[in-house]
Amino acid sequence: MSFALKVINISKSFPGVLANDKINIEIPSGTIHAIVGENGAGKSTLMKIIYGMISPDSGKILVSEKEKKFSSPKDAIKAGIGMVHQHFMLADNLTVLENVILGIENATLRNINKKKFKNEILEISDKYGMPLNPNTTIDELGVGEKQRVEIIKVLYRGAKILILDEPTAVLVPQEVNELFENLNNLKNQGVTIIFISHKLDEVIEIADGISVMRGGKHVGTVDAKTVSKSELAEMMIGKSLPKIPKRTSLPTNEICLEVSSLSGEKLDSKEPFKDINFILSKGEILGIAGVEGNGQRELTESILGIYPLSQGTITVDGINIDNMATRQRRSLGINFIPEDRQTQGLVMDNSLIENAMLGRQNKDMYKTRFKSVNFKNSRKFSNKIIDQYDVRTPNSSTLALALSGGNQQKFVVGRELEDNPSLLVASQPTRGIDIGAQSLIWEELREARDAGLGVLLISADLEELLGLSDRLLVMYEGKIVKELLPEDATPELLGAYMTGLK
Amino acid sequence: MKIRIRILSVLAPLIALFTAVLICSAILNFIDRDPVETFRSMFEYGTSGKSIVSIINRSVPLYISAVAVAVGFKMGLFNIGVEGQYLLGALLAAAFGSYFALPPAIHILFILFVASLSSGLWAGIAGYLKVKKGIHEVISTIMLNYIGTGIIAYLLAQVFFEKDENDSLKVPQTNYLPESGQIPPLNNLLGIEDLPNLHGFLIGAIFIGIFYYWLIWKTSLGYDLRATGSNPIAAKFSGADPAKMVILAMLISGAIAGMVGMSGLTGYYHRYTIDFTSGLGFVGIGVALLGRNHPIGMALGAILISFLERSSQILDLKDVPKEIERIMQGIIILFVVIGYEIVRRYVLTSQIKEASKEVLNE
Amino acid sequence: MNKLFSFIKKRYLIIVPILLLIFVAQIERYSELTSSGTFGAALRLSIPICLAGVGAIYSERCGIVNIGLEGMMVIGTWFGAWAGWFYGPWYGVLAGLLGGALFGLIHAVGTITFQVDHIVSGVAINILAAGVARFLSVVAYADVPAGGATQSPRVDERIEKISIPYLSGGKINESDTADVFGSLEALDLFLISDLFGLLGGLTRNISYFSILAVLLVPVSVWILWSTSFGLQLRSVGEYPVGSESVGVNVYLMKYIGVTISGAFAGLAGAYLVIESAGIYREGQTGGRGFIGLAAMIFGNWKPLGTFLGSSLFGYADSLQLRSEESVHGLLIIIVCVLFIVGIRSFIKKNLRTAIVSFIFSGLFLFWFLNSSTIPNEFVFFTPHITTLIVLSFASQRLRMPKFIGKAYKKGELN
Repeated sequence: MSFALKVINISKSFPGVLANDKINIEIPSGTIHAIVGENGAGKSTLMKIIYGMISPDSGKILVSEKEKKFSSPKDAIKAGIGMVHQHFMLADNLTVLENVILGIENATLRNINKKKFKNEILEISDKYGMPLNPNTTIDELGVGEKQRVEIIKVLYRGAKILILDEPTAVLVPQEVNELFENLNNLKNQGVTIIFISHKLDEVIEIADGISVMRGGKHVGTVDAKTVSKSELAEMMIGKSLPKIPKRTSLPTNEICLEVSSLSGEKLDSKEPFKDINFILSKGEILGIAGVEGNGQRELTESILGIYPLSQGTITVDGINIDNMATRQRRSLGINFIPEDRQTQGLVMDNSLIENAMLGRQNKDMYKTRFKSVNFKNSRKFSNKIIDQYDVRTPNSSTLALALSGGNQQKFVVGRELEDNPSLLVASQPTRGIDIGAQSLIWEELREARDAGLGVLLISADLEELLGLSDRLLVMYEGKIVKELLPEDATPELLGAYMTGLK
Repeated sequence: MKIRIRILSVLAPLIALFTAVLICSAILNFIDRDPVETFRSMFEYGTSGKSIVSIINRSVPLYISAVAVAVGFKMGLFNIGVEGQYLLGALLAAAFGSYFALPPAIHILFILFVASLSSGLWAGIAGYLKVKKGIHEVISTIMLNYIGTGIIAYLLAQVFFEKDENDSLKVPQTNYLPESGQIPPLNNLLGIEDLPNLHGFLIGAIFIGIFYYWLIWKTSLGYDLRATGSNPIAAKFSGADPAKMVILAMLISGAIAGMVGMSGLTGYYHRYTIDFTSGLGFVGIGVALLGRNHPIGMALGAILISFLERSSQILDLKDVPKEIERIMQGIIILFVVIGYEIVRRYVLTSQIKEASKEVLNE
Repeated sequence: MNKLFSFIKKRYLIIVPILLLIFVAQIERYSELTSSGTFGAALRLSIPICLAGVGAIYSERCGIVNIGLEGMMVIGTWFGAWAGWFYGPWYGVLAGLLGGALFGLIHAVGTITFQVDHIVSGVAINILAAGVARFLSVVAYADVPAGGATQSPRVDERIEKISIPYLSGGKINESDTADVFGSLEALDLFLISDLFGLLGGLTRNISYFSILAVLLVPVSVWILWSTSFGLQLRSVGEYPVGSESVGVNVYLMKYIGVTISGAFAGLAGAYLVIESAGIYREGQTGGRGFIGLAAMIFGNWKPLGTFLGSSLFGYADSLQLRSEESVHGLLIIIVCVLFIVGIRSFIKKNLRTAIVSFIFSGLFLFWFLNSSTIPNEFVFFTPHITTLIVLSFASQRLRMPKFIGKAYKKGELN
């Protein structure tokens, strides 16, 4: 058996995290080989190394048994490796042909031989069974077709090894079938395909071999045809789940947040979430499990009033908020720890004092005579946050952008927790935070919950989810697929629902 | 750290000024004039008593113009239409102000009100076009400038004209403002009777500066405006309505622009004619850039520009083309803009370094 | 036949006003609306706008907003007049081009290397250009009787003009030939005279400079869409990260694009001087740089569309300069168009727009019936208000380069 690609003892670490820990994977030629794992398992770091975007700390890469060193993607392309990114690298306003041939020729004032290029592209698309019209503009294409352009772009440059990063994340089922057909065609023509995904149901269908990564390590490689679903899920999620601390209080009977028949408006012809129903009680933490990109972000944004709904109602504390603007919702006490602190949660050019008021400067505590904003109170509030949440900063006048990511996150969490919210929507609340701070925040969340706050928690961190939630919902492809209690969550069950196996 | 930022912020325009002097000296040499003598006589003339009064008078409308532009800048909007806005406001204020006589203080307030309202609404058109039709405010405000000029010419000739003695000729200028609509000079108050008139609206300019500071940095609305200008996404998440912000910012910017012509109207011309001071809207943009939208910075910028304009007048007598100060203006602004950008990035990197030191100290 | 119907149905908002125009032009006092004189002037007036707009395409397509076009045009007028007066008209053309390119380069340095905000840099350039022009005038024309601080002496020599032989009265071997278009126009026949007025206006007494300028439109189409240089330039404005990943030199492309846009603007200024005014006068650009930007937006960032957009503005400009009476005739066209828009909104159940349209239609009708001319102060801003109106309607189907106005740092790939 010949191996198209071998990764030997590859390790890579970043400040604070060991992303790849002595990875060894062998990928046979002419096969479709899947690499699976959760977010943070180290897949994307490994792919960046293989594609030459980063260099490993140690280890080597063998392409067709020859050792290669890549200092940039150009080297990888020369070695016959092509990458189709999750977020397409296509210029929307240019045609298929223009995107494929960009950079092939030097920039001159000579006429582009469109005919020649067109024929070459059609040759490839015919050979691999991917029909395309070179003259269409990219933004006229559907998502599946755009992906085909990316594949052809890579094949045109002579790729024999294709890396596809979460290719089905943006596709509807019909397009997924078409993609798989294309991949099989490519395989039959001798192309080796590396398929990165977290959707185990698809992976089992298309792959020949599957390598599982978890926590930066390579857990094992199995044959897709013979492995059992539960075995796979267990490899991906881990043998045992974290211990769940016993809670001392009980959820009340008062409803904090009620959501019925919620569907989000279509984005790129796909509804990010559909027909969502759940009730969150006061004094309860409701966790939503699921791999990122399954509609959680849009769902939380719709509760805030930012992502538009196509149908459904939201009620908070008995009040229907469907027609309320964001500022109004906030003044009702709906607070939000956003997924992306830098773009959604902070004004980076402002000081921490000013950021402490973000979104809530209308509140009474900030009002003074002459409609002036009360900066003194804001300073007090931000100092309280800095103390309580251990935010490392010279002082509260420091600009937000000077802080490290983790400290920014701590500040945002503190701000959202400490001004008496009635509902807290928390999206990846401890992302980028060290272990010590993480426990601190978990404590604060639990305390707030015990005091009667209702928390909607979205997290990709299973430990966080299971440790904090009183109830769990699993979201996959925009729908709630399962409701369960953390005590009943076994790795296989959770993994199965999160990855669509059930 | 803060001190370092302050020093650098002052350093940038000084370096720009220095560079402008250098380049202009080279140009002066090239056309066989003595740069040292040129700058010396400029400085001498510019610092005389009469000149200082003239400079302050000139700075007042420039400052107000800059503040109007700065309100837009803080929201990430470019109000290039201050020119048309203030002229329109001045015309309407002069016209309506001359039709009746009210008690002095109220009459003045009425004049100011008409000016602000009309120029604010004129600017608001651009805001509306941006929000509803997606037209970039740079283009719409500039087009509105030209349209405004046309409307002003028409109104002056056909509507608000002044009839001459024989009641036959229409003179394109408004009637005089009655005394209740004139603001007396400040010379008596300051004990400088021997110097030319120091226009009373200087007080108005100071108020506007304070208002600007209060509005942008001390109010909830100002906070939302700045946030939307800085990070529209976070502002949206915090509940600020971006469309509302754009329209409000343009309205306020325009309303302040209306005050630009008030110093001249109430203190000097007392009527609107075709000779009414124009061009202040455009220079105001330069002053806002120079002062980096800071209430005191822009004041200094206005004074600098006025100083250059005034002091260069002496050059006519010295056989040096006085337009050299125009080039100085242009170079200073260009280099200041580049300089501020460099300073900003330097400050950023050093703040990040300092904060990360904190993290490592744990 | 069906194809013709659907073609008309899609574009009725353009076809109907044109038909109305022809109808209204039959009325004696509005006949200038479709005269060859008007069209000829329209061409001459639209070219500076077109050049500025097409130049702007090179800049915006590589991601840099160029507000400084007006200033670059001013420089073009100044150097065009000076070199044209001192050396000769074609030298003026060259000087205008180079002067504009120089200022384009300054803008490039500011926005690309120093990453200053594009609009701020453009505004600064406009200020600088005005100052430079003023200063240079004083220096260069100090001892020249006809010149001064705000204007230059006349450019005596003009660039040669030609007409098409037989069709528009061009010369063959120094002798005049028939002027078929002109004769047909003079017949005063419905539609025929108007059509040949258009053709005659566009082909009679056209200078070589005009021909060069108009040719730059298809040449730009070819450069931007048929060469690898153009492809790389456009890719930089759409998706610089992706372009860099395939080896495009993003910085270089941006520099070239912006400098070319400056050159075009300078050329536009030179044209204003050498073809239209004959001298440099302070303020003569009159916002045409900005109208050029509007033409570019109207043309959806494409040269041909920009040319059409600038023709519209040039036509409006031509009317306001030559025949104020005719502008009055435009009112009735506005009345009809507003009426049609009102009906369309009503059908689409957009009641508010419908009512507003009908009200304004009525107001304009009232104005039309109660006046014989439009005050010349209003006529003066016909092109500017046309710009606003056109942009208001055009915003829907427009598509600007994706990565425009933002600073780009090399190596953002990771």
